[in-house]
Amino acid sequence: MDFLPGIARWVHLVSGITWIGLLYYFNLVQMPALKDAGADGTAVGITKHIAPRALFWFRWAAVATWVAGAWLLGKGFVDAALLRNGYAAIGVGAWLGTIMLFNVWVLIWPNQQKILGMKSATDAEKTVARRVAMLASRTNMLLSIPMIFFMANGLSHKAIVGL
Amino acid sequence: MKNPLDSISGTIVAGLLLTLVLYLIVKTFFVGA
Repeated sequence: MDFLPGIARWVHLVSGITWIGLLYYFNLVQMPALKDAGADGTAVGITKHIAPRALFWFRWAAVATWVAGAWLLGKGFVDAALLRNGYAAIGVGAWLGTIMLFNVWVLIWPNQQKILGMKSATDAEKTVARRVAMLASRTNMLLSIPMIFFMANGLSHKAIVGL
Repeated sequence: MKNPLDSISGTIVAGLLLTLVLYLIVKTFFVGA
């Protein structure tokens, strides 16, 4: 019995739900809530107590998802990366997830540190950081739609969708 | 032209369109490869 792929799939799903769940929370709940909270002076409750915790789980769940996904691909990792030998569809999902991981660590997290005051920044730098972080987060929400399609249908169930 | 990423609905529509485009690319050029 080869139990390890089952563990890898389980970890991949749990951490993926945590990552993408928090991504949707940021886009669907926190961003619009901050706009309203800014108007009545209650934004600090979100920026001080909620956002840093949410970002901690968000960025580390992204890493765990990617590592578990690579582990799950196993010998198919290179084929998926090169979109060959029947791994093209899951490879597209894997590439989209990899771009999203890059956005989390290179665009979203460093700019959120400036916005939340964890890193020193001028008001002008914070304004730019808000726009970059927002666009990177929205880009990840956009990419999550095809990413989940190819993750769900890209390997074991690809015949269902004609792939 | 408005940036679709400035609204949730624009983001979702763009995501669905990208899904369709990528699906057609994989089906046309990579299936069986």
